[in-house]
Amino acid sequence: MHSKTITEILVPFPRDEPSALIPVLQAVQSEYGYLSENNIYAISDHLNVPSSKIYGVTTFYAQFRLKPLGRHVINLCQGTACHVKGSEKLIPVFEQELKCKAGETTKDGKFTFNLVACLGACALSPVVNIDSDFYGNIKIADIKKILRKYD
Amino acid sequence: MASTEAKPTQANSIMVWINDEKITVSQPKTKTILQVARDHGFHIPTLCYLPEITPTGSCRICVVEVEGYPKPVPACSTLVSTGMKIFTNTRKIQEIRKVIVELLVANHDMDCLYCVRNGDCELQELAQIYGLRDHRFIGSKRQNPLDQTSMALVRDPNKCILCHRCVKVCSEIQTVNAIDVTKRGFDSIVSSAFNKSIHESTCVLCGQCVRVCPTGALTERSSTVEVREYINDPDTIVTVQVAPSISVTIGEEFGFPVGTDVTGKLVTALKRMGFDAVFDTVFGADLTIMEEANELVKRITNGKTLPMISTCSPGWIKFMEGEYPDLIKYMSSCKSPMSMQGAIIKSHWAQKSNINPKKIFQVAIMPCMAKKFEADRSELVNDGLQNTDAVLTTRELVRAIKKYGIDPHKLPDSQYDDPLGESTGAGKIFGAAGGVMEAALRTAYWLVNKKNLPKMEINQVRGMEHIKKVKIQITPDLSVNCVAASGLKNARVICDELRAGNPNDYHFIEIMACPGGCINGGGQPRGLDVETVKKRAEALYKIDEGANVRLSHENTSVQRLYSTFLKELGGDKSHHLLHTRYYPRNERHQGCGI
Repeated sequence: MHSKTITEILVPFPRDEPSALIPVLQAVQSEYGYLSENNIYAISDHLNVPSSKIYGVTTFYAQFRLKPLGRHVINLCQGTACHVKGSEKLIPVFEQELKCKAGETTKDGKFTFNLVACLGACALSPVVNIDSDFYGNIKIADIKKILRKYD
Repeated sequence: MASTEAKPTQANSIMVWINDEKITVSQPKTKTILQVARDHGFHIPTLCYLPEITPTGSCRICVVEVEGYPKPVPACSTLVSTGMKIFTNTRKIQEIRKVIVELLVANHDMDCLYCVRNGDCELQELAQIYGLRDHRFIGSKRQNPLDQTSMALVRDPNKCILCHRCVKVCSEIQTVNAIDVTKRGFDSIVSSAFNKSIHESTCVLCGQCVRVCPTGALTERSSTVEVREYINDPDTIVTVQVAPSISVTIGEEFGFPVGTDVTGKLVTALKRMGFDAVFDTVFGADLTIMEEANELVKRITNGKTLPMISTCSPGWIKFMEGEYPDLIKYMSSCKSPMSMQGAIIKSHWAQKSNINPKKIFQVAIMPCMAKKFEADRSELVNDGLQNTDAVLTTRELVRAIKKYGIDPHKLPDSQYDDPLGESTGAGKIFGAAGGVMEAALRTAYWLVNKKNLPKMEINQVRGMEHIKKVKIQITPDLSVNCVAASGLKNARVICDELRAGNPNDYHFIEIMACPGGCINGGGQPRGLDVETVKKRAEALYKIDEGANVRLSHENTSVQRLYSTFLKELGGDKSHHLLHTRYYPRNERHQGCGI
């Protein structure tokens, strides 16, 4: 359960203050893990910012999520070095295994599958990172085995 | 050096040079390069610019060169300064503009021959001006779904050039904030909160975004084909009513000067198209005035809930039901002129003409997108029949007239059909913001005093200001405080005042969703400047001035309707046919709720 309600999170932030939007979104997301529709409406009322505007901001910045994260987060690197080593070809394999598109979470809530620009581990390219684990030099055939380690 | 050459000729003016021509600019602190250039006949193209909103500078098509500046600057958002040497049309600028258009077109739908805006598209016009002849850039096309969920408007994001005009109009002019630009880069798209459909969003369907969209990304949901099918069906009696403002705006689309009244030709055109009866909504407006003025007088004299708010504008109604449902108690119970007229056509007129009302298909020509939504409202039904069956905007009627091969310039004049064609100057001015109020006050005065206002014109509620107040002395003991607001931003100001306890003690409030009223409605020909709207309003007031009858209560057909059919003002039959109800709606969770 969450330690704070949405109202409690909003209390320290001044009412009708649109400039507080980003910090408020960060505070709500850090408590709930994502930004739900109802929480966005609550933020909209508190700061007097239209929900359409908040939706615009949350879809613009990569840091905000409108859906809960999966239990495990997969970051598949698409940086220059990984790209050269064929990381693009791994995307459809992950998508097929997980039955969800890049940027989405699997139906069972187990995995969230993201593409990222560079993980800073170019020597291991192509590289994928799941939670705190790094897997380097991965091949299409490795993917099934790697995913099986997580429950 | 430019800065030393320029000497101010007056305290509050400066010199600038445009394409080597010396120009004096007064009040330079508020003037952009674009305004100064256009005022002096230097045309600079624009796509995202609109005079009434803060510039976004997003399209860059208006870039110009300024001597001493390292890069071209957008003319729409750069203020002039002393000695500025501006070049609006150098070879470099022409090339930049061409590339901008080429890039906009590169991932555009390019469905031009199949697009409703074909021949009336600002992007198409620029592609022609800058001479796009070969496909230098081929970009990926966007594959966003078409949003056809709404009764009134259709959204095709693949034709959107992200100019932000719709977003700005929705937020700055209307304060509805139904849409914003979402996502980023190639994925950027204008959408409502949580990417809900227009039907499920807080959109009030005023259509102001459609009026300003440079391309075919936002259009009306067209009913022209449906109307044609009914006209062609021999078993259906197709009646049509024409809103007060149409006759002074539709001419623009056929090359008549702005503000030309083409009533007679319009009636002939509709008859040639095959409508069985052509009526004037001004009759409905006169009827609205009778009922509304009566309601106002009763509410004042019987000490009932005040103020009373007018209910002719369906965009305003939807806005109020969604955002200010606590104000429903102040709304007049009167239907709009369109719905009143529809109800009378399918009852009184059908009866008199010996026609089964079930066989009537009632079309309304409206300046409005939200009227399509109004026509579909479940409350606006009498004896199982919808008051209005289809609404065509002014723009749709223009397309239909062209399709039927009718040249309005050569048409003789015709009269509206009786009896729902008789109209007054009072009903005609409904088309301009403040007009409903003026017409209602003329009749309210008569209802109380049994004599007419000494001076018919109420100039305080005329003109282009968006909030207009007037105090009218009805009797020595009774003065009525009135305010007419147009544009939902201004409606919001009045609504907030009411929530704060009505400090100005208003008795009567007129609200129109579109700035300037119906003459600037979301369904009108695209006139993007205030001058056009002003001329359209002047045309309406001129018609009123020259009208034989200028008071709704002196409309003999209206009088006869009461004596033979409705029996009494605000009576049972009136309540059954001419009055309605409003409901709170929560778009956040229920969408349009209908």
